[in-house]
Amino acid sequence: MKSRVRTARPHVNQNEALIFERSTPGKCGVDLPPLDVPSASPAEALGSLYRDGIEGFPEVSEVEVVRHFTRLSTWNYGVDTGIYPLGSCTMKYNPRLNEAVARLEGLATDHPYTPETLAQGCLQVLYQTAECLAEITGMDAVSLQPAAGAQGELTGILMIRAWLTERGNPRRYVLVPDSAHGTNPASVAISGYQALPLKSNERGCLDLRELSEAMTDEVAALMLTNPNTLGIFEAQIQEMAALVHARGGLVYMDGANMNALVGVARPADFGVDVMHLNLHKTFTTPHGGGGPGSGPVAVKKFLEPYLPSPVVERSSDGSIRLNHDRPKSIGRVRAFYGNFGMAVRALAYILANGPEGLRQTTEDAVLNANYVLARLRDVYDLPYPPPCMHECVLSDRRQAARGVRTGDIAKRLIDYGFHPYTTSFPLIVPGAMMIEPTESASKEELDEFIAALRSIAEEIEEDASFVLQAPHTTRVSRLDEATAARKPILRWNPSPRS
Amino acid sequence: MRYLPNSQRDREAMLAAAGFGSAGELFASIPDALKLREPLKLPGPFSEPELVEFFKQMAAQSGRDYVSLLGAGAYTHYRPAAIDALISRGEFFTAYTPYQAEIAQGTLQAMFEFQTLMAQLTGMEVANASLYDGSTATAEAVLMAMRLTRRNRVVVARSLHPEYRQVLATYVRSLGTELAEIPWSASGELDSEALRSAINSDTAGVIVQSPNFFGVIEQVEEAVEAAHASGALVIAVVTEPLSLALIKPPAGADIVCGEGQSFGVPVAFGGPYLGFLATREKFVRQMPGRLVGQTQDRRGQRGFVLTLATREQHIRREKATSNICTNQSLCALVATIYLCLLGKHGLKVLAEQNFAKAHYAAQRLASEGGASLPFSGRFFNEFVVRTPGRAEKILAALQEEKILGGLHLRRFYPELQDHLLVCVTETVRRRRLDRMVEIYADCGNSRASRRSNPAE
Amino acid sequence: MSYPSEFLYTKDHEWVRLEGETATIGITDYAQKELGDIVFVELPKVGDHLKAAEPLGAIESVKAVSDVFAPISGTVEAINAQLQDKPEIVNSDPHGEGWLIRVRVADPKETERLMTADAYEAYLHQTQAH
Repeated sequence: MKSRVRTARPHVNQNEALIFERSTPGKCGVDLPPLDVPSASPAEALGSLYRDGIEGFPEVSEVEVVRHFTRLSTWNYGVDTGIYPLGSCTMKYNPRLNEAVARLEGLATDHPYTPETLAQGCLQVLYQTAECLAEITGMDAVSLQPAAGAQGELTGILMIRAWLTERGNPRRYVLVPDSAHGTNPASVAISGYQALPLKSNERGCLDLRELSEAMTDEVAALMLTNPNTLGIFEAQIQEMAALVHARGGLVYMDGANMNALVGVARPADFGVDVMHLNLHKTFTTPHGGGGPGSGPVAVKKFLEPYLPSPVVERSSDGSIRLNHDRPKSIGRVRAFYGNFGMAVRALAYILANGPEGLRQTTEDAVLNANYVLARLRDVYDLPYPPPCMHECVLSDRRQAARGVRTGDIAKRLIDYGFHPYTTSFPLIVPGAMMIEPTESASKEELDEFIAALRSIAEEIEEDASFVLQAPHTTRVSRLDEATAARKPILRWNPSPRS
Repeated sequence: MRYLPNSQRDREAMLAAAGFGSAGELFASIPDALKLREPLKLPGPFSEPELVEFFKQMAAQSGRDYVSLLGAGAYTHYRPAAIDALISRGEFFTAYTPYQAEIAQGTLQAMFEFQTLMAQLTGMEVANASLYDGSTATAEAVLMAMRLTRRNRVVVARSLHPEYRQVLATYVRSLGTELAEIPWSASGELDSEALRSAINSDTAGVIVQSPNFFGVIEQVEEAVEAAHASGALVIAVVTEPLSLALIKPPAGADIVCGEGQSFGVPVAFGGPYLGFLATREKFVRQMPGRLVGQTQDRRGQRGFVLTLATREQHIRREKATSNICTNQSLCALVATIYLCLLGKHGLKVLAEQNFAKAHYAAQRLASEGGASLPFSGRFFNEFVVRTPGRAEKILAALQEEKILGGLHLRRFYPELQDHLLVCVTETVRRRRLDRMVEIYADCGNSRASRRSNPAE
Repeated sequence: MSYPSEFLYTKDHEWVRLEGETATIGITDYAQKELGDIVFVELPKVGDHLKAAEPLGAIESVKAVSDVFAPISGTVEAINAQLQDKPEIVNSDPHGEGWLIRVRVADPKETERLMTADAYEAYLHQTQAH
C-alpha cells in the first residue's frame, strides 16, 4: 500500500532508515562541559598516529537518536509484549525491580579494582548470590565468573579435565546425548575433548545400557541436561551417575532447564558433580535481544579447588574478600568477576520469591506446559508420552502431510500475536514444536495461545498455502536468507549498493 | 507472589483439564528419592520496598563517593540519560536472540548498525554482533588465528592486560598451544627486537594491545611486518576504544578485538561488558559469534537477518567456530546508542578532553608532585607514574581525600613496585587532579625531610 | 530428476563419474533437495590427497551443514571454481554444472563398493519409506 500522505507518518512505523542515512554534518547528540584544563594538542603530540575523526560515524541530535531507537523497538516482540514460548530458552517475566536495583549508584558504579574494603556491597551481592545458588542446586560451591551458559559449560568441563589430569589421565571423550543443545558438543570440543553422541531411547531418555556400553575408561564425563530438551525428567540419572563414577568419570549437568526443578529437586542429590545455571533463563535476568547472560558454575566439594580464580570468600571478621591464591584453579575464564550486574538481578528475584515462591514458580511452569500439551495433543502429534516437565515437544507430522512444516506454523503464530515456539529442536524429533510457556503466562493467555494453534491446524486443512505465506501482518514478510548468506552484506556502506 | 499470574482457582481448573488429581502428580516422573523433602533454606519472600532498602544498604557500602582514577580495562565515562531510557523499552530488553526475523527487526537493525560502527571504529571490513568481553574476545581471536593458519603457537605482549593473558591461558591450555611472552622496552612499547626473534614459522598470531596495559600507544606496523613475513596474523587488542577517536586504528592488523565497555556501559564491578571482534572480509567464515546481514523480504523491502549461522554451535555443534550462544546484545545496543548520541564530532571532542586531562595530570605529577614517568611512549588517557615514596602510602592518603588513585602495578608485575597505573577520563575535575598533585608532593616532601634528618 | 545410469553412487548421496583414471564427484539431486538453498561450498585444494569415506569438504545451506565424503581415494586434480560465487548451481544442476571436484583415482577397485543408479534409487526408496 502506497500512502499519498507523504509529510505525515502513519501511527505504525513502517520505515526507519539506518542511522547513517539520517546523518547530517554538524549535528551532535550531546553537549560536553567545557574543558577545565589547558587543551593539549593531540594532533601535534600524536603525529602520524593522529586520527581526525572517524569516517562514516553518524551526526544526529539527541531527539533523532531517541526517535530512531524508539521506532526500531516497536518492530520487536518481547516478553513484555506477550507469551514467548521458546522451548529451552525460558522466556519469563523480567521484574522491573531487578533493573532498578542493578542501576543503584554504588552497585552500577564501583570499578572492579576498587579496594575490597570499599567494595563490600558488591562483594556481598556476589557472595549471597553464590550462597543462594548453592542452596538451590544442593551443590557445595559456586563461581559466578562464567559470562553465559556456554562459558559455564567450558568452565565445568575444564574443571573435570583438571581433576582427571591430576589423577594421571585427562581421558579423551565426553558423552553427549543426541538431544543436547549445540553448545554442549561445541564446549566439549574447545575443552580439548571429543564429543561422543549417545542415542536417546523410545521414551526420549538416555538408555542405561547404551551408556554402559559407551562408558569406557577413556570417557571423562557424561554431559546431560535434566530435564532433557524433550522436557522429560531423566529418572535414571542416579543410576547413570553411579555407573559413570564407578568407571572413574564425572557427571556434568547442563542446568538450562532448572526452571522445572527449583524448590522441587536438587541436582546434587542426582549424583551430579558439576553443573551450570543460566541466570538469564531461570533467574529472570533479561535476555536483552541475545545477552548479556550469566552462567554460574556449581560444584561438589572435591571440585572446589579447581573453580576459576578468584573466588569470593567470607573472612573471619565477616567481611567478604577475593581470594586469588588458588594453586589448583583452572585459571580465569573472564576478566574481573563475571557479569556482576546479572548477579544483582538474580539475587533480587530469589529474595523476592523466597523458598515458597520459587517452588510455586516451578509448579506453575510445569503445570502450564502440561496444560498446553493436554489441550493440543489431539491436533498435533505427540512423539513422546506425557507428562512433561516445564516444556513440551509436539511435532508437525500430521501437518507435514499437507506440506506445512513446524517453521510455517511458527510464522503463522506471529499473525495471532504470539512469539513462535522453538522450531526444529531438539534434532531427534523431526519437525519439532517445542513449547515452554513458563510460569509467566496466565490461564487466559494460554487459552488464547492454544486457540491460535488449534485455529492454525484448521487453516492448514482448509488452505495450506495461506499458512505457507505467513506472516501476513508484520512490517516485513519472510526474508531472503539464502541471498543474505551467499552475498553477505554485514555493514552499511555509503556506496550506491546500499 | 506478585510475578505469578495464575490464581489458585486457575491452577485447579488447569490441573483438572490436564488430567492431574493434584499438583504433586505433576512431578510424578521424578523418583521420590530425588525429591526435596523440605523447603529450601533461603531468605524471603520480600516485598519491593524491603528489597529496595536491602540493595540500597549494599550500594552504600561502595566507593560511590570517590573520584576514580582506576582504568586498566574498565573506564568510568559519563553515560547520557537517553541510553537507559531507550534500553529499558521492554521490546528491547525482554526480547530473545533475533531468530524470528519478522518480529525482531528492531534488534536486527540496531545490531547491523553496531557492526557498522565497530567496523568504522576499527578500520576493518567486518565486525560481529558482540562477544562476552574484551578478555574472551581476545581468546576467541587467538582461536580464530589458529584455525586460519593451522598453527598452534602464539606470541603475546606482556603489556597485554594481565587478566586477558590469564583468560587466554585457560582457553588454550587443553589445546597444547605454546604461549611466548615478549617484554616491553624503555618507552613502554613492545620490544621489537624480542618480537622479531619470538616469531617463527609455527606462529599463528601476534597479540598486541594498544594503548597497551600501561596506556602506551603501540606502533603496530613493525609487528605486522614481522608477523606477516612468517605467515602469522596480527591481533590488535583495544581495551579503551575511545582512544580510536583520536588515534589511527592499528594499520595492517588482521583482527582487531577488545572491550567496548567505555561506550556507555557502566563499570558495574566488572560486568556485564561488551566484547567486539572485527576482521577482514575474507576471514568472515572463521569468525566467532553472531552476524547480522542485510537482505530483502518477499515484497522487496530492506530487512535484516542473522546470517552465516552455519559457523555457530546450534548448527555445526562440535565443529563450530566457537561455543558462544548468548552474547552481549543489550550492551551492544547501549554502545550503538552511545556512539550515535556522541557521533563523529562528540566522540572526537570527548577523546580530546580525556587526552588533555590525562596529560595535564601526568605533567603536573612529574613537575610538581615529585613523581616520575617511567615510560617515554605516547599515551591517551592512561599512564604509569612512579610514586615518590611507597605507593601504598600515597594511595592511602588519596583515599582519605576520597580519591582512588590508580592501580598498583605490583599486583600483576612484581618488578613494578611503586608504579601506579593512572587513568583520567572526562569525569575527573581539575581541582581533584590538583589536590592529587598536592598529596603526591606532600608524601614526597615528608619522605625527603625524613631522609635529610635521620634523627627524627 | 533421474539418476544418470553412467554414474556410481554412495549411501551418503555423492555421485562419481569415471573417465579413465579421472573421477568427477558431486552430490545427488536427493542430497541438494534435502539441504535446500545452498549458500556455500567448501572444497579441498588441488593436490590434496583424499581417502575414501573421509570428508572432502562441506556444503552449507542457510540452516544446515553437510559434510561431503570422498567416494573413493585419490588426488584432487580440479575443483569447480564457479561454485565459490554461485553455490546455487549445485541446486539447479547437481549432476552437471554443479559438480564439485575431479580426482585422479588411486585404486580403481574401490569403485566396486559403489552403487549403480538402479541400486541407489532402490536405496532411496527404501530409506524414504521409513
